[in-house]
Amino acid sequence: MSPPPRPDSIAGLERLIAALKAKGIVTEEELAARQAQTDKASPETGARMVARAWVDPAYRALLLRDGTAAAEAMGVSMAGAPPLGVLEDTPTRHHVIVCTLCSCYPRAVLGYPPPWYKSFAYRARVVREPRAVLAEWGTVLPPGVEVRVVDSTADYRWMVLPLRPAGTEGWSEGRLAALVTRDVLVGVALPQPPVAAAAE
Amino acid sequence: MSDDAAPRFSPGDRVQVRDDWPERRGPCHIRTPHYLRGRTGTVERVLGAFPNPEDLAFARPAPRRVLYHVLFDQPPLWREGEPGDQVLVEIFEHWLEPAAAPAKEAA
Repeated sequence: MSPPPRPDSIAGLERLIAALKAKGIVTEEELAARQAQTDKASPETGARMVARAWVDPAYRALLLRDGTAAAEAMGVSMAGAPPLGVLEDTPTRHHVIVCTLCSCYPRAVLGYPPPWYKSFAYRARVVREPRAVLAEWGTVLPPGVEVRVVDSTADYRWMVLPLRPAGTEGWSEGRLAALVTRDVLVGVALPQPPVAAAAE
Repeated sequence: MSDDAAPRFSPGDRVQVRDDWPERRGPCHIRTPHYLRGRTGTVERVLGAFPNPEDLAFARPAPRRVLYHVLFDQPPLWREGEPGDQVLVEIFEHWLEPAAAPAKEAA
């Protein structure tokens, strides 16, 4: 997506790091730890949090009350990250997340945002015609479900706790987590039970 | 945190976003979307207090401001959309004024 860094920008970065280290502001270890944390963040983290909330009522309550603490309870370091809020879908309400101003995204638990999340088209359209945008993902909400578009404009970062699909009774957390994709966590898609389970 | 002022608004309060356009007066950094200026919504929850991004962006001392989750009916915002659909947005307290209690915006 982005072009490779130029030699002069790499040299500039190295000078900046050297100056920060000389002033005692960062250490090599801190930089390495942050790099590892950034590399590790992926939608699988958010998916594990959702799956656990589906099977563990106490964790679900924590997730909805304090997303940051719930992420830390799953071993995610939230140090320096914006607070995480989690919004619960219900049989009559569906959430979809956008940042109309820029590209605010819960990177600590989902990793880097996909290009479409940052596109002008998604940001401009989803607040205005959310159902049309969802339909383009093949996401058609059942009758009677209201849409709540969450415009992430300031200090929080938001993630969706979707409804657990029917037909997944007795499933393990790992099996449930596999239903929860990045798009589900942003709210443009719904978790799909496997066809066999749906047919039962 | 202890020096933060008590929140002026509570969940359920009707609030109006200030119809103000600082971007017409000069350089600024605003986290209140254009499409909400002058609009009326309902406080959903108090999110806490955060340094004012309008100052942070210019490296000025940034007093903490209370941040709210405010809920707006979606169809009147855009004159389109499905009745019942809503938009939920983070807005800082200095952008909000009290609004008349039951007034429903005309769709």
